[in-house]
Amino acid sequence: MADELLTAEHLVKRFDDNTVLDDVSLSVKKGEVIVVVGPSGCGKSTLLRCLNALEPIQGGKITLDGEAVVYGSKNLAAIRQKIGMVFQSYDLFPHLSVLDNILLAPVKAQKRKKDEAAAEAMKLLERVGLADKAKSFPRQLSGGQKQRVAIVRALCMHPVMMLFDEVTAALDPEMVREVLDVMLNLAKQGMTMIIVTHEMQFAKAIADRVVFLENGEIIEDTDPNTFFEHPQTERAKQFLNIFSFERSKKDEKN
Amino acid sequence: MNWDFIWKYLPMYGEAALLTVKIGLAGIGIAIPVGFFCAVIQYFKVALLRRIVSVYIEISRNTPLLIQLFFIYYALPKIGIPTNPSVCGVAGLAFLGGSYMAEAFRSGLEAVETVQMESALSLGLKRGQALLYVILPQAVSVSVPAFVANIIFLLKETSVFSAVSLMDLMFTAKDLIGQYYKTTESLFMLVVFYMIILLPVSILGSVLERRVRRAGFGS
Repeated sequence: MADELLTAEHLVKRFDDNTVLDDVSLSVKKGEVIVVVGPSGCGKSTLLRCLNALEPIQGGKITLDGEAVVYGSKNLAAIRQKIGMVFQSYDLFPHLSVLDNILLAPVKAQKRKKDEAAAEAMKLLERVGLADKAKSFPRQLSGGQKQRVAIVRALCMHPVMMLFDEVTAALDPEMVREVLDVMLNLAKQGMTMIIVTHEMQFAKAIADRVVFLENGEIIEDTDPNTFFEHPQTERAKQFLNIFSFERSKKDEKN
Repeated sequence: MNWDFIWKYLPMYGEAALLTVKIGLAGIGIAIPVGFFCAVIQYFKVALLRRIVSVYIEISRNTPLLIQLFFIYYALPKIGIPTNPSVCGVAGLAFLGGSYMAEAFRSGLEAVETVQMESALSLGLKRGQALLYVILPQAVSVSVPAFVANIIFLLKETSVFSAVSLMDLMFTAKDLIGQYYKTTESLFMLVVFYMIILLPVSILGSVLERRVRRAGFGS
């Protein structure tokens, strides 16, 4: 149990009377890539948002690297620096250039030297193929480029783990690929990640573990092979059928 | 039109205009920070303070400036707070303007999507830092048009200052009409001087709006 980076125990999240997460427990080992799948509204995004305390929880406990993650606590900013998060909608700051977007948190929150952080930012931008966009503003970028910058912005804080909340859901298919490739590379380098996605092929390729969430409960938590080839629950089978049906329809058209 | 008359009383209008501008700027100068703090309190939903702010805004926006001025001028001395016309003018304008500025800033703050705050927070910035570096720059650019409109509105409102015997433009015009019956000339100069004050503000405002838009915000 020593190598567990993040644990969530018996999380309960309610919006008024609506229980979104119902006794969810999840633990992530260092270097592990967990993909969370499930139908819309099952609580996937809420789960991620609870993990870095963007949402208050009504029950349970979250621990990162031995420290409790508590909504509204004094050291929350410091804890969040360790968790990189990328959102579905483009969350770049529109009034700042790409480089300034990346440098804001390292310079203001971590009090790092601007030159040193900028050098690292440029190196990371180069790695995702966007070094020439450093001076551009977010509105001049495509959706896929924005998401890659958002990933770089999170990485520049040296997080111990990353959360991805349907980061390709708003993108054109071609741009999806370039973002997913960046994430695959991160996985290869050993980054600990929790990924919420609807890209099943990608999930199969990147996941060490797949968590299937429905109605706020984890009903399968297993390796990708078992999940995609031999799902244990009827509900997971139904869910996966939806995707294979969609795929065969596209095949016919082509 | 008696141009000699106009020429003769031009300096008098000049002085009155200067007073109008001074009181106007002082009042607006206070109204801006007042409005700013009110807007931030409402944005962060600070308990209790938020209630006080909304009561203030409702009172301020739903009573005429003239009534507010009378209240400050006649009621405050009765509870032991001395006032004079200038202080009264500045205070009245700040009281009225504060709420209008608060609404302008609030609409700007609310126009910034919540994911902006969330992504700033999840990067590890503190709320204050997120507000300062991420939310405010975007909010201000959104509120510029409302902000400029408020400044023009407040400068125009200064025309009721004469009611508390402040020797502003309106007071001067009424005074001259009363003394010499030169209604046309007096009102003509009144209009001209208000234009001299407000036209540059309007032009500056539209230049500012265009620049803010061109800076690439709000994509």
